[in-house]
Amino acid sequence: MIKLTNVSKEYPKRGFALRDVSLHVPKGEFVFLTGHSGSGKSTTMRLIHMADRPSEGEVRVAAYSSKKVSDRDLWKVRRRVGFVFQDFRLLPGRTALENVAFALEVTGTRRSDIVARAQRLLGQVGLSPKAGALANELSGGEQQRVAIARALANEPYVLLADEPTGNLDDRATRGIMDLFWDINASGMAVVMATHDLALVGRYAHARVLELDAGRLVYDSAATTVEG
Amino acid sequence: MYAIREALAAFRRAPLLTGLSSAMVGLALLVVGLFGLAAHNLDLALSAIEERVEVVAYLRDDVRQNEIDLLMQELSEVEGVRSVRYVSKRDALDRARTDLPDFGELFSDLAVNPLPQSLEIELQPGQRTPEVVERVAGDAMVYPFVEDARYGQEWVDRIFTLRRIGAGATAVLGGTFAAVAALIIATALRIAIFARRDEIYVMRLVGARNGFIRRPFLLEGALAGLLGALIAWGLTYTTYRVVYAYLFAIAWIPQLWVLGGISAGVVFGVVSSGLAVRRHLREI
Repeated sequence: MIKLTNVSKEYPKRGFALRDVSLHVPKGEFVFLTGHSGSGKSTTMRLIHMADRPSEGEVRVAAYSSKKVSDRDLWKVRRRVGFVFQDFRLLPGRTALENVAFALEVTGTRRSDIVARAQRLLGQVGLSPKAGALANELSGGEQQRVAIARALANEPYVLLADEPTGNLDDRATRGIMDLFWDINASGMAVVMATHDLALVGRYAHARVLELDAGRLVYDSAATTVEG
Repeated sequence: MYAIREALAAFRRAPLLTGLSSAMVGLALLVVGLFGLAAHNLDLALSAIEERVEVVAYLRDDVRQNEIDLLMQELSEVEGVRSVRYVSKRDALDRARTDLPDFGELFSDLAVNPLPQSLEIELQPGQRTPEVVERVAGDAMVYPFVEDARYGQEWVDRIFTLRRIGAGATAVLGGTFAAVAALIIATALRIAIFARRDEIYVMRLVGARNGFIRRPFLLEGALAGLLGALIAWGLTYTTYRVVYAYLFAIAWIPQLWVLGGISAGVVFGVVSSGLAVRRHLREI
């Protein structure tokens, strides 16, 4: 599903954000990507989403390789990889339903199907009653649910979540985590970047990867990780 | 379809911003339009003066009619000559009496008409340069029965210098105004696109194709450019009417220029939007 092979990422001013990282996330797995700020979690997520290309090595997502896919075809990768952020990134002047419908509309869904599908997605994240509310009038937890519904719009293979509970209280965090597990139970891989080790500790059965200074230093699924 | 709907929706969602963009495009093109109006009228004035540039070949009194006919025939075939007109001694005297009424008595007391017969050689438009005038005058002087050929060298030189200054100023100032207008239009549309960066980001995030993302913005740029161009046209036309009514008679610019200006507004709109979106897409 997702495979990073000897991936390094160097930025012109910041230097190396990732160094020689190799990992494999199979279909249907739930993975926590942990580490301190600046450890390379977000860079890893961006590379999987192919918002950036690695300086060295290869990123593979399903059939797409960072070495082969052209800029023109990146949209194909993006439809297979859903992405949610700590700050939700919803369109504030639009309702919850419109935010989800927007993702469907701009990716070519038939116009007659858009509203029904958007409503179904909002139902999936438990937000049907708030479909008509403006995004900026929703609570943090509700906004994150809208963002998740939007990320699921194109039925991706994998859901990436970059610190998705960073702005949420405990109760909303639990709700979002339950939602991620439900999504994962349907067979979709979930990769969640977080620095909250207490949260990670609550889900002992999930796989945990730890990054430090751009290197993968721990993988709960492996006996050893070479740094 | 989505592109058209979104482009129109952008005008609805942020009427102030899109209105300001169009107004900026309009004011930028207004400067170009006013300059065009001034340049066109200056050109017309110079052309009117140039119309009067001609070569006059004065003939000896003893020249025979068949020689005059031959000369007229040959001169009309010289490159750059539009027509050759014969002015007899009598015609010359009549014209002098009409043109110089203060000397009426002097002309009426003459026992012998002292004015020579002549050929007035009119040149084709675009051929009234010092070089051509001098060449045609030289060609006329080759004939032994042509006493003199005059064309007001100083006058022709001055007109030609004025033309060159006019052409240079039009090119430099017109080019500068157009460049400034292009920059203003590009900035105005970049601001409009920057205001919608979140939408572009989300489109990119969820996997919209680049062409799909660009299309509504290109259309929006075209609409803003068209609206701005129409504003500029309206303001330029109003200025023309006011000047015509209260200051002096001037001519309206050719329709081709108007169409060119409106097309330029649309093209600037599309290109500026295209570049701004492209830049945004690269940054995300």
